[in-house]
Amino acid sequence: MPKPLPNKIPMREQTPQERVKNFKEVPFGYTEEEAVIEAKRCLACKKPSCVAGCPVEIDIPGFVSRIAEKDFKGAIKVLKQKNVLPAICGRVCPQEDQCEKVCVLCKKMEPVAIGRLERFAADWEAKSGIVDMPEKKPATGKRVAVVGAGPAGLVFAGDLVQMGHEVTLFEALHKAGGVLVYGIPEFRLPKAIVQREVEYIERLGVKLMTSFVVGNTQTVDELLQEYDAVFLGTGAGLPWFMNLPGENYSGIYSANEYLVRSNLMKAYLFPQYDTPIVRGKRVATIGGGNVAMDSARTALRLGAEKSMIIYRRSKTEMPARIEEVHHAEEEGIQFEFLTLPVKYYGDENGWVKEMECLRMELGEPDASGRRRPINIPGSEFRIPADTVVVAIGQSPNPLIPQTTPDLQVGKHGNIIADEKTGKSTKKGVFAGGDIVTGAATVILAMGAGRIAAKSCDEYLKTGIW
Amino acid sequence: MFKILLKKELAPSIKLFEFDAPLIARKAKPGQFVVLRINEEGERIPLTIADAKKDSGRLVIVFQEVGKSTKLLGTLNVGDAIIDLIGPLGKPSEIEKYGTVVCIGGGVGTPEIYPVARALKQAGNKVISIIGARSKNLLIMEPEMKSVSDELYITTDDGTYVKKGFVTDELKRLISEGVKIDCIFAVGPVIMMKAVTDVTRPYNIKTIVSLNPIMLDATGMCGVCRVEVGGETKFACVDGPEFDGHKVNFDLLVKRLRTYIKDEKESLDLFEKHSAECG
Repeated sequence: MPKPLPNKIPMREQTPQERVKNFKEVPFGYTEEEAVIEAKRCLACKKPSCVAGCPVEIDIPGFVSRIAEKDFKGAIKVLKQKNVLPAICGRVCPQEDQCEKVCVLCKKMEPVAIGRLERFAADWEAKSGIVDMPEKKPATGKRVAVVGAGPAGLVFAGDLVQMGHEVTLFEALHKAGGVLVYGIPEFRLPKAIVQREVEYIERLGVKLMTSFVVGNTQTVDELLQEYDAVFLGTGAGLPWFMNLPGENYSGIYSANEYLVRSNLMKAYLFPQYDTPIVRGKRVATIGGGNVAMDSARTALRLGAEKSMIIYRRSKTEMPARIEEVHHAEEEGIQFEFLTLPVKYYGDENGWVKEMECLRMELGEPDASGRRRPINIPGSEFRIPADTVVVAIGQSPNPLIPQTTPDLQVGKHGNIIADEKTGKSTKKGVFAGGDIVTGAATVILAMGAGRIAAKSCDEYLKTGIW
Repeated sequence: MFKILLKKELAPSIKLFEFDAPLIARKAKPGQFVVLRINEEGERIPLTIADAKKDSGRLVIVFQEVGKSTKLLGTLNVGDAIIDLIGPLGKPSEIEKYGTVVCIGGGVGTPEIYPVARALKQAGNKVISIIGARSKNLLIMEPEMKSVSDELYITTDDGTYVKKGFVTDELKRLISEGVKIDCIFAVGPVIMMKAVTDVTRPYNIKTIVSLNPIMLDATGMCGVCRVEVGGETKFACVDGPEFDGHKVNFDLLVKRLRTYIKDEKESLDLFEKHSAECG
């Protein structure tokens, strides 16, 4: 067997100069030739460690070897056995922390570009126009309500409908997809792709009800009168603010608001679309995660002259994916590390004008294992900004826990659910994704949806809780 | 899709729609609101529920045409449909037996106070209502308000109908005449609600106001509707929209409402230019 190429085949992408002027997706994806060469780097290990690194246990060598053999149809079939949303996962999964991290090639060279290959196979299928539908088990007559059409809910719904149950998917917003449509920007995950995957779930037989706020339009208890089981995948929708003086000045956004306006409401196309967004010239985004990167890069595309990331720790501690940080740097985002905002100043109309910050230094590691930032007394300085995006995290959405009295919640407002079954403390109610774990990743939510689907199927068959 | 079953012009630029929305109508309580979206390009507009007819599944909305979206909404007719109607949202009014309650509605606040007044009346309160408008032709829902109030007082800014003055003038009169007021509900323009709270503060009369900040998802996930109540930041969409008026920072609300004033004008100008061209 020839020695594999030491590096991943690079994925071509828009140049930074070009892409900051548009909202189109940054990378172009592999061509068939590139995909085949990359797939041939896989050693097809007998005991593949990559599969264990995948939260939904995709048969990675299986689909990669089919790409290497140019059997693209076979590749997508293998992928879809475990993952109903491959075009999305191929784009937004943190492969560097999962499957690719444990690829055997890592010992000596770059791992196989599993994510890029997954994306390739999914896009190939979409381009071919022929989407094979999996076989569904015979109808069981059981009815299941899924609350929240984000990654956890979509996977749960897709799995259960294939098991023969009747599934209705309720979504509070007017479009299905959850964070995939309101949070992740077009340039990272084109909405047409999400739409395609949602349509696939609908073609499987899932009935979608958008603009239906469970908790308000109907409570969980009311759903349980009509359905045999309920799955809650309502996500981490409550944005955090810092409670700083002046934080309510106009021009200060939560990342949720900024991204919902731009992504879901298409404010970047205002006035063709009705929803406006502030097109700031000097935009400061607070936070170091993927949401912060998305916000800062959105600001650039909306015409910011200067888009800054304000982060209280240093580059090493940033939770954002390396690829996202890299893209942000390439595009000219300016990073202010070891910086903590403490106060805002506004003008006479109540618009934010400046933020006062403190410089920080790193101390001993904290509970997260990252070095704790400590402020340096007397280091106050001001950063002029006409727009601020607070992207420091979000907690579980309280709407369902508040309206479902006998559902037990943890101290952060998260729904308590068994990790291995997705069972909540209320009979017939399952939960998974960010509503259980707090803000995490798309793939972890999908994994939780998958686990809950298995145990829900058991429950529907046996009636045993 | 949500179909329009009835359209009425209550006053110039103020329209009433009844939507076919049985699920929402069944659940709606006084003080709650809905979010609607007219079409695919449309924004999400929060509007207070004016009435909910549980039997016929009809949801009643009254709105004033001020910006592009409300003007476009006003062009729709019976049989037309909008793509989204979401709700009921927000916490309902706290309806209980207070004793004597004054319900104040200004402008399009009147249809919003109407279901609250009705519920308060049903709960056994003595309901005194004060409604006001700029001018006679803009005063709406007088008969409805009369039907749910023990006493009804009316003011117009220009004196073209009943009494010249503001709703607060009538409120001051009631207080000075020694009427014992246990609670006040006020819905209307921010400046009116602020004026009401200024009148009642020295007398320490509980005054509930319904706030109308900019909203987006209106389910608690974006925070654009944040208001300051008692020095704390609250989300009007899920913590409100009704708050203790004496604790509300109205100046902040006014400033935040102006965030998109330039964009709103741009959008409206474009719409009117387009409407003029298309006749």
